[in-house]
Amino acid sequence: MSDQHHDLVHATHTHDGKPIQNDDRPPLEAETLETAIRELLIEKGVISSDDIRRAIETMDDRGEALGGKIVARAWVDEDFRQRLLSEGDAAVRDFGIDMRPTELCVVENTDEVHNMVVCTLCSCYPRPILGLPPVWYKRRDYRARAVREPRAILAEFGTTIPERKQVRVHDSNADLRYLVLPQRPAGTDDWSEEQLAELVTRDSMIGVADVRGPTD
Amino acid sequence: MDPRFHPGDSVRVLERNQPGHVRTPLYVRGKVGVIERIVGSFPNPETLAYGQTGLPYKMLYRVNFEQKLLWHDYDGKPEDSLEIEIYEHWLEPA
Repeated sequence: MSDQHHDLVHATHTHDGKPIQNDDRPPLEAETLETAIRELLIEKGVISSDDIRRAIETMDDRGEALGGKIVARAWVDEDFRQRLLSEGDAAVRDFGIDMRPTELCVVENTDEVHNMVVCTLCSCYPRPILGLPPVWYKRRDYRARAVREPRAILAEFGTTIPERKQVRVHDSNADLRYLVLPQRPAGTDDWSEEQLAELVTRDSMIGVADVRGPTD
Repeated sequence: MDPRFHPGDSVRVLERNQPGHVRTPLYVRGKVGVIERIVGSFPNPETLAYGQTGLPYKMLYRVNFEQKLLWHDYDGKPEDSLEIEIYEHWLEPA
């Protein structure tokens, strides 16, 4: 092959020239065990492949939309807000959410206190509500710095906490899962619950951002 | 199971070196905080993680620490705090 022809092939053909190969790492013992148990359960008719597919779909459907509905309800319904703060598990059951075997702890942002959540040990997160955690939530630098210098981390997220406010960090290290109830933004007094729910972001429920309103 | 500590009690986290699946991070060991709430009794993660039952269950608390007591050079407001879950067998009265 002439050099010219070779260059032409490379210009139009972007793989690195290696044949297709299986370069995945070998499965972990736990993965092999999971596959074996899953196949046995399906073979014995205890569950079906479709049950598993649906469970994954349900898990992937969780996220800020579901969390936003809970937050918006708390903003417009004082009884619900009280219940969410005092017995979170029971309150979110209204939304079809089952927190077991963990328990939900909802912490409320106010004019005096800003809450943020981290899991220094691993990546504990309110998955039944918010789904899978963002990649940065699992990173060592977030986990180490959130407890050590929360105000600096918050500023890096674009969230400057005024000096008059207390910052309270929650290390989600054991059996509770934390959801921040952000402050309702100004200028939304006549907004419907549905409109409010759309304002609420994932990061505001982790506590690294505030919810922005129409005047922010 | 009766809780040994109650909200408002001052507690110190034991400064114990213990290998294995321990949920008490190093940065709070030996530090003094205040019980924020009693969470309830839960399986002991230190045995549960190794395929055992987690029995006897351990009482779990949320403990509030002043950031200034956790980090000598903490940069923030004196009122800034941190809350974390600690099992009863890691706490002593302070």
